Amino acid sequence: MTIGVPFILNGREVTVEADPAERLADVLRERLGATGTKVGCNAGDCGACTVRLDGAQVCACMVPIAQVRERSVETVEGLAGERLSALQRAFHRHGAAQCGICTPGMLMAAADLLARQPEPDRNAVEDALGGVLCRCTGYSKIVDAVLDFANDATAESAPAGQAVGFRLAKVDGYAKLDGTERYGADAVPPDALWLRVIRSPHAAAAFELGDLDGFIGAREGLECVLTAADVPFNGFGIYPDIKDQPVLADGVVRYRGQAVIALLGTRAALSAVDPADVPIAWTPSEPVTGIEAAMAEGAVVQQGRESNLLIEGLVRAGHAGEILENAAYVAEGTFETGFVEHAYIEPEAGWARRVEDRIEIRVSTQTPYMDRDEVANVMQIAPEQVRIVPSACGGGFGGKLDQGVQPLVALAAWLTERTVACVWTRPESMMASTKRHPSRIQARFGCDGMGRLVACHVTADFDTGAYASWGPTVAGRVPVHASGPYRVPNVTARGRAWFSNGPPAGAFRGFGVPQAAIAHETLMDDLAAKVKMDRLEFRLLNALETGDRTATGQKLNASVGMRACLEALTRPWKEALSQAGSFNGQKGHLRRGVGLGCMWYGIGNTSMSNPSAMRMGLRADGTVTLYSGAFDIGQGSNTIMTQIAADALGIAADRIRLVTGDTDRTADAGKTSASRQTLVSGRAVEAAAMDLRTQLLRLANAGDTAVIEQAEGGITLHDGGATHRPDLDGMAADDNGDILVGNGTFDPPTTPLNASGQGNPYASYAFAAQMAVVEVDTELGTVKVLRMVAAHDVGKAINPTQVEGQIQGGIAQGLGLALMEEYIPGRTENLHDYLIPTFGDMPQIDVIIIEDPEPHGPFGAKGVGEPGLVATAPAILSAIRHACGARLTRVPALPHRVLAAIEAQR
Amino acid sequence: MAEYVRPTSVGEAVAALQAGSWTVLAGGTDLYPAHVERPLAGDLLDISAIEGLRGIAEGEAGWTIGALTTWSDLIAADLPPLFDGLKAAAREVGGVQIQNAATIAGNLVNASPAADGVPPLMSLDAEIALTGHAGERRLGLADFIAGNRKTARQAGELVTTIHVPRPAHQGTRGGFMKLGARRYLVISIAMVAATLAIEDDTVAEARVAVGACSPVARRLKALENDLVGRAADGDLGLAVTAEHLSELSPIDDVRASADYRRQAALVLVRRVLGQLGSAA
Repeated sequence: MTIGVPFILNGREVTVEADPAERLADVLRERLGATGTKVGCNAGDCGACTVRLDGAQVCACMVPIAQVRERSVETVEGLAGERLSALQRAFHRHGAAQCGICTPGMLMAAADLLARQPEPDRNAVEDALGGVLCRCTGYSKIVDAVLDFANDATAESAPAGQAVGFRLAKVDGYAKLDGTERYGADAVPPDALWLRVIRSPHAAAAFELGDLDGFIGAREGLECVLTAADVPFNGFGIYPDIKDQPVLADGVVRYRGQAVIALLGTRAALSAVDPADVPIAWTPSEPVTGIEAAMAEGAVVQQGRESNLLIEGLVRAGHAGEILENAAYVAEGTFETGFVEHAYIEPEAGWARRVEDRIEIRVSTQTPYMDRDEVANVMQIAPEQVRIVPSACGGGFGGKLDQGVQPLVALAAWLTERTVACVWTRPESMMASTKRHPSRIQARFGCDGMGRLVACHVTADFDTGAYASWGPTVAGRVPVHASGPYRVPNVTARGRAWFSNGPPAGAFRGFGVPQAAIAHETLMDDLAAKVKMDRLEFRLLNALETGDRTATGQKLNASVGMRACLEALTRPWKEALSQAGSFNGQKGHLRRGVGLGCMWYGIGNTSMSNPSAMRMGLRADGTVTLYSGAFDIGQGSNTIMTQIAADALGIAADRIRLVTGDTDRTADAGKTSASRQTLVSGRAVEAAAMDLRTQLLRLANAGDTAVIEQAEGGITLHDGGATHRPDLDGMAADDNGDILVGNGTFDPPTTPLNASGQGNPYASYAFAAQMAVVEVDTELGTVKVLRMVAAHDVGKAINPTQVEGQIQGGIAQGLGLALMEEYIPGRTENLHDYLIPTFGDMPQIDVIIIEDPEPHGPFGAKGVGEPGLVATAPAILSAIRHACGARLTRVPALPHRVLAAIEAQR
Repeated sequence: MAEYVRPTSVGEAVAALQAGSWTVLAGGTDLYPAHVERPLAGDLLDISAIEGLRGIAEGEAGWTIGALTTWSDLIAADLPPLFDGLKAAAREVGGVQIQNAATIAGNLVNASPAADGVPPLMSLDAEIALTGHAGERRLGLADFIAGNRKTARQAGELVTTIHVPRPAHQGTRGGFMKLGARRYLVISIAMVAATLAIEDDTVAEARVAVGACSPVARRLKALENDLVGRAADGDLGLAVTAEHLSELSPIDDVRASADYRRQAALVLVRRVLGQLGSAA
């Protein structure tokens, strides 16, 4: 049954024919092409679909179209006139949109507020926008933007030669603000066939497929089904030698949510399917749940393996065991964390089409080239036959480094010769995608009588879930970082990844290091107490410095800003301690505490080549194009690369055109992971720009210091008093229309680790110290984080606004890890049972940028993407303990756990 | 194909309900989230266009809240301090988007153990009016909600209004506290609502209800009796003992343990009463 529903959309009368119960969000997106309104959950949990209905904000995913009759709907597409509205420009100036997927919802909620209350205060903004979740920004810059909307300014552009270090607004920012950005689920061709994955409801089971043809034949709109038998090479995985995860399960499932079959048909027909009706005969078995069970004698999740041990990493320096026996003070503990969900607001989405003997995939991803190679391997075709054209990415955080819809839409499009699209639902995204590794970390640290660390012994066990994914990366990275950013002469650190019947644990901002930091930082507090030193002083005494050697024997030659970070915190630390002291002098159930967390983080892959290649082209008319394969997932690499390119070439940033992501048009810049793009791809961009500059100057016979001017229809070079105007018109252009192309590559210098984990695993390390102030309700066990001060050594802040945004967003995720987030299969597969921080959970955050230049980095820069969150949970736990004495060894510190810990130490 | 009917009067709606099996739809904030992974099938009776069911009217006997009144309507309404608890609960229902769409009656009909509206309306001694073929009947809220996701509503009936009786004592105030693991958009670990009538600095009448600690929110009647006659001040909470909460039956779930819920409910009851006592 469909009805005609007339209504006003952004001031224009429209009438749609739709099922009366159809969600307004679907009508807008699918029937009216207004894809600026995003769907993140279809359950009112995320607010991404917020629109105004007769002026009031509502979730368009819960409004039946019948209720919209003769009413007025305003969406993000209606905000801008000839130019962006003042509110949108404020978002642009402040860097309030990172990936941009929540931005339309944020803007509509803010528009509702500002129409009612033109001069709101911070609390009013938080209350009004509190129903929209953001996973990137930590909300700070969104609040700042709304409060500053009346200051009707446009973002400034950077003068030529001054782009690096400038607070340049996102070069790709407008599209994220006016609804025109196209994410994975947007711009699906209307004739596409849709694909729906039927997933395992069991964590461990054998199964037999029943009469699928009969099932399809009985349902109008279903066309065909893909099973394991249709997949040419039915395995994928991050490591070339561990392709252990089937695209479609073959008789056995190893985690709840695993893909079993794929149905193809119309979108309506697919959504009418109740998975319970699909003829699959299940024989469930007892799942292996948790690290203890995974390590048990005889337990085997992947048949054919001898045990559940996927891999073990080791770093050994000196004689930790012996030294710890004789250390003046020793602190030890066992620390546990659970599965954590990335909870990007954009669920996995994309579509593919076959173009003769090639397959083209448009998909939301962090890693176009890895996708290309993986899809080629699954389909057993050549990598060159696969083209990945990334859509905008609505958040990744490591979760979109694995295969989501890619192999299935590719295979289906190849076989059916139709365009095939797939968009995961929120529960599907949460069940099927990878998670942060649950950990159990046993650690002992010892120091001498003066407080100098002498040794540590760390065994970190990780639940890697049903398939390997990035498990080896975690097991390799954690032992290197387990001793913390400190001088520890004797170290034995192990990392082990164990298979279980949990969801595959993969890459998630920090690759195990955030878990390990909880262990070493809690023990730093323990030792400081034993030595009777101030916690910050204790860390200062032991902080790594230039010239020190790490546990892998690597000599740190430069850019070791650990001390500088701690020194920057000294004053706020003392002030906060004193303020907490006077607050706690009052009676009552509220207690304040101040805590500290430090971290270090190796930028890029661990002891593995991870090169980036970049190209810059010049056309005869003077147009400069940067072809960047470094994919921007919201963190801002498009802007960073442009800023670096501008200064290295010597033109203004706003004169650079950007082509990004498309594997046919850009070179392989590697994955957007491991905080590597600024350092690695940034260096490649710098080299490409310098190469182009050199070629251009040589062409004009101009000197090294010549100034490039993009004049009308060409290039003019000013060299001292002389002016050169090279004749570019006669030069041959390549397929892109470029007459000169600069190339640059960079691979950070690392060496392999030997059997004892000795070597130079990273070319560069980031350092940070974060301070948390919390208030604990000692009767309820609730924790409110009041303030964070974060000092980060980033080498050089190419764009300080973006650096702040990364740190604030990292802190939000760290706060979630510390206080509320735990994914439990079957229990928290939505965004109301799985909690991520909201506006109201975020404290005031002060970011202190330390710039100790990194010689390997472009203009001295290194990475900040992951470091933002690593130190946060330790700082919060430290503050909780300072407030009320509760030493928590398991996160999240949910109220009942905090209260139990308070009672345990009474 | 399923039916979708959108009547404009209670009569039409009730007539439709006499035959077939209908799911009643108003704000949509419970129905749609329940259909993310499965199709929205079955016949829908959309009551959102019924005239006269939205808004709050004051009469001699008390207040009548129309079934289509949203949480935002309630927040914006000019109401005496008796409603402070219900208003506080309204601000804790989802985000503003939910408050703008979701109805108070829908929260009751959905009958979640963690429904934010139930404890405050219990503490207001609210009655639910159901209109069926044979006319209207009224049930106390505790009788209306029959269990976890169960109500006494019969298939042919529509919840049309919620009645809040005028309290016997002038200046009766309401209070509410909700405990969750984050600030916005959170399902309660425990919540407490109370109304307190104070005369001559002494408690004249008290009603206290606890939510999310039993399949249906519960009034603490023994406590209510014990409070009468006590001095109304900031120490009123000290009158509460664990024994007063013995009828609660909290569960362990992902949000909290049962023991914790019991403990937290006690703290919240004390705090709400302390707050109401000291407001006198």
